[in-house]
Order: sequence, then structure tokens, then C-alpha cells
Amino acid sequence: MKNKQSWIDQRFPLTKVWNEHLAEYYTPRNFNFWYFFGSLAILMLVMQFVTGIFLTMHFKPDSANAFASVEYIMRDVEWGWLVRYLHSVGASAFFVVIYLHMYRGLLYGSYKGPRELLWILGMLLYIVLMAEAFMGYVLPWGQMSFWGAQVIISLFGSVPVIGPDLLVWILGDYALGDAALNRFFSLHVIALPLILVVLVFLHLVALHAVGSNNPDGIEIKKNKDKDGIPKDGIPFHPYFTVKDTMGVVAFLWIFCAVVFYAPGLNGYFLEHANFIEANPLQTPEHIAPLWYLTPFYSVLRAVPPMFGSQFPGVLAMGASLLILFFLPWLDRSPVKSIRYRSPIYKWVLGVFVVSFVMLGWLGMQPVTPLNAFLARVFTVLYFAFFILMPWYTSVGKTKEVPERLTE
Amino acid sequence: MKTHLKTKLALASILLSFNVFAAGDLYLDHANTDISDTASLQNGAKLFMNYCSGCHAISFMRYNRIAEDLNLSDSLVAEHLMFTGENPGETITTAMPKEGAVKWFGTAPPDLSLVARAKGTDWIYSYLRGFYEDDSKVFGVNNKVLENASMPDVLWSLKEGRPEAEFDQDVRDITNFLDYVGEPAKLIRTKLGAWVLSFLGVLLVLAYLLKKEYWKDVKYGIWRPRD
Repeated sequence: MKNKQSWIDQRFPLTKVWNEHLAEYYTPRNFNFWYFFGSLAILMLVMQFVTGIFLTMHFKPDSANAFASVEYIMRDVEWGWLVRYLHSVGASAFFVVIYLHMYRGLLYGSYKGPRELLWILGMLLYIVLMAEAFMGYVLPWGQMSFWGAQVIISLFGSVPVIGPDLLVWILGDYALGDAALNRFFSLHVIALPLILVVLVFLHLVALHAVGSNNPDGIEIKKNKDKDGIPKDGIPFHPYFTVKDTMGVVAFLWIFCAVVFYAPGLNGYFLEHANFIEANPLQTPEHIAPLWYLTPFYSVLRAVPPMFGSQFPGVLAMGASLLILFFLPWLDRSPVKSIRYRSPIYKWVLGVFVVSFVMLGWLGMQPVTPLNAFLARVFTVLYFAFFILMPWYTSVGKTKEVPERLTE
Repeated sequence: MKTHLKTKLALASILLSFNVFAAGDLYLDHANTDISDTASLQNGAKLFMNYCSGCHAISFMRYNRIAEDLNLSDSLVAEHLMFTGENPGETITTAMPKEGAVKWFGTAPPDLSLVARAKGTDWIYSYLRGFYEDDSKVFGVNNKVLENASMPDVLWSLKEGRPEAEFDQDVRDITNFLDYVGEPAKLIRTKLGAWVLSFLGVLLVLAYLLKKEYWKDVKYGIWRPRD
């Protein structure tokens, strides 16, 4: 029996794939709390797909009917309210998970070689996810959907020379309206989800080629036993499948507490003004994107218009995202993990986290002279984290990294 | 006041077309509503249909949904609450023609289906209690929450000759009803949530025990630390 492959394996490499990616995929044994968020991101992707499919069955991508069709889902569709809340809270939860997942990368230097492509694929995922979330937020066609979209899309109009034509091309009209809503719906339910799936696949292929980093930042593949199994590795299945299952249930508990008891999270997950139908003639007092986009919105607002154009702010916002791609080459530290980094790095990372959170908070606030000043200070600190990185990662005394995992 | 209403209505279109929205940081009274209080919702529904629905629609809400959620029979709702509809399955619109409304009030009275979600219950409660006499205004009243509101103080007859606490309770009931109208699913959401969280709590214990059992291999068994 041993030599004889099963009927399926003769036709499809089922056992091979199962072993290579689960049963004989060796994972560092010392994963901690921060390592739950990769599998949780996949959970959220599936959650958004399943709930999104059901919402698409009832939603009408039509500027005259979109708002009412969302309320129809909330009231007349059986369990529609639950599906909609799972999707809307799911969007925010997805970003919570992704931000923690990315922060894990910063803590343990997971972007450093040989994982540069893994990081870049992850960054592409992050940017596509932001586009996906932004377009999804436009669909209910409330006041914030409309005016938020108005602010973001008008940025394209500030591009020199081609701006105005570009704007008309994006909107499919001279103003934000039905044509834009229709194309956003198309991009939100077909184009961007397809790109997300492909990128997630590539992200996992890259991960499994190089193997996971770990809280010690030690390459477990450098220490293998005579069978070629890393001495500090354990099979992903069943050990991390059961551990991640526990993480999934714990996460779902918190997630459901929000879904059932505070689905709008007091305006943070569903803005109050978005319960008023879009009205192109009435600008709301205060326009802010949802929380997960606000750090970059702050950077945009922090840069003053130059030569009568908003374009410098748009460039700064683009740069604040693009610069993340270069992280693997900006970091010159000989060690990966925060555990062995120099004290100066720990301080700098702390300042960066504070800057990012403050930019996010300021992005939700109305512009006042003080807020504008603070946004500029934190924008400078945000960029300084990256620009000065080659310097501060090469000075300061790092600790010696052990040969083997410490726990 | 009532006798002057018709003459004053004629002037409304000119004077009240400029609706100034109050600043966001205004102090609001706490509405303190309880959506699980069915009697309060029933009273709120009755008051809303009698005092508000003449001008304001709640067009995402259906009569029979109210009947079902508020423990009323369809026939009771049809008899006492249904002024415009013919069939309990219909949505709750208003008899006031939109063009006329714009002419009379300067602006069409807004649909209140989602007012509780957009403005919050404290805002509704404070607004309805916020009318004060102001002879410079067409209806003789102004509002401290929404300055220069186009709306007359329609609840004045509930206020006169009654203890303040009773009036406050009526306003609270209307607010409670509008909170329910803003999200009918809220009635079931919180009840269901307790079951969901209990289930996940038990599942979490089981998932933890399963993980612990498997990880014995990692701690002491075949996958224990190797030199």
C-alpha cells in the first residue's frame, strides 16, 4: 500500500501540499500573542467575503436607491441587520488586525532579509485593502459616504496638468454621483477582492518559502537535526491550528461584543452623519474619514497648499505610504527583534507609535491652529522615523543574539 | 397661540427658510430611555402618530412591524395608529404634501426614520423639551437646541396644566420610540448578543483545553525542546 499513491494524489498533489504547508511545515515554537493576527486577517477576509456576498444580493448600487436599500437590509431582510453589522464592524476589525499584524513586523524585524518580498506583498495588501474599505464606505450613500468621497477623489484633481481630466475620468461624470457609485460598487465587489485574494496567496507563498520569523528574530532553519527538521520548529498542524483556533474564538468574542452591543462604536465604526442620506447641496459641518484612514488624512492636511495647489499635501500622503515599502533597506541593524535592539531604537519606535496614533486622532478632529500645529509636528516625526532609520539603527549597542530560541 | 397659527403660517416661507444648525458642543439633557420598556414604546408610538406623523414620515418603518415588536395586534394598530396607510404592511408616510410643506414651513419636515441614529436620543429629548417663547418668531417659539427651528411647539398641549415630570416622561417615550424606529433590530440584538457571547465563552474554554492537550507534546512529549 505504501508505494501506491491514492487515487487523488495520482492526479493532484493533495498529500504533498498538505504536508508542505501544514503537517510538515515547521514553525518556531515560541510564537506569542502578536502571532495570532496573521490567521485572524484571513478570518476577517473570509468574513467580509461571506457577508459581502449576502449584502450584494440586496444592495442597490444606484444613487437614488442605495441609502434606502441599506435600510431595507437593516429592517426587512431576514437577519440582514446582523449581516450588515458583521460587514461594517468587520471592516474596522480587519484594520485593527492588520495594524497589529504590521506592528508585530516592526517589533520583531520581520521585514528584514530574507523577508523583504513578504513585507512588500503585505504592504501592497494593505494599500489595496484601504482602497477596498474606502469604496465600501461610499456605497451606503450617506452624507459621510458622499462628502468623504468628495474630499478624497478631489485630490486627484490637484494633480498638475492632467488633474481636471483625470477627475472626470475617475468620476465618469462632472460631479460625484450615480456613475461613480456604480463603478465603486464594481471595484468593491469584484476587482479589488480578486486582487486581494491573489496577493494573499502570494503573501503566503512567500511566507512558506522563507518560513516565519519569531519573537527572538532567529532563523530556525540554521539549526536542523539529521532529518532536516529545524530543532526549534514544530509542525504547524496540529499545534498552531489548535492554538490559532483558540485565538479565533477569543477574537470573535470581542468582535461579537461590538457587533451586538455597540455596532456603531459611538461613531467610530459607523459615523452618525452617515445615517443622513447623501445631499450634494448640504456640506456637513465636519468631514472625516473612518479611523483607519485618518493618520494619512492628517499628513495630507498637515502640508499647507503651495502655489495655490493642494498637490504637495497629496504627495506627502502618498510618500507616507510609499516609504513603508523601503523599510527592509532603511533598517541597518544587525539584529531583528526588539529584544536585542539598542535602547535608542526602543525609544524611537515608541515615538513613532505615539506619532501614528496621534496623527490618527488628529485626522478625526476639526482643524484648529493647535491641531494643525500638532499634525505638522507628528508628520515630521512620522517621516523622521524612516529617514533617520539608517542612522539610528546603526548606532547604539545591540545585545548578543543567542543561537537558539530562548523559550 | 393656536388662533394665530394660520396667519403666521403664511409668513413662514419667507422667514424660516434659513435653518441654522446649532453647534455640536451644546449641552444636552440625558434622555435616559430604555428600549426594552414596551409600555414606554407603546405610549411613544401613540404620541408620535398623534402629534408628529401629520408632518413627519418614518418611511423606513412599517405599521405591522410596530405591531409585532410592541406587542400590539395588527387591527389595534390599524384602528388607532394608522392614519395614512390602508394596509398594515405599508410604510409610515405622512399626509402632508411636500410642496405644501416647503411653502408652509420653509423646508419640508424631515423623515424621522433615522433621526435617533444621526442625532442621538439626548438630542431628540432636549430638542422636544427645548422650546421657549420668542415673539420675534413666526410660531411664537424658538428652540435652545436648534435655534430658529422651523417647527412649532407641537407638544404644547401636553405641557399645559400637567406636572413637569409627566410631560418629561411623554417626551422620553417619544424619544424611546424614535430610538426603536432608528433600529428595530436593537430589540433582538442585545438579547441575542448574550447568547452568542455565552456560547463563544464556552467554546473558548474548550478551545483552550484542546490547545493545552495538544501542546503537552510540545512541552514534554515528542516535540519537546531538543538540544
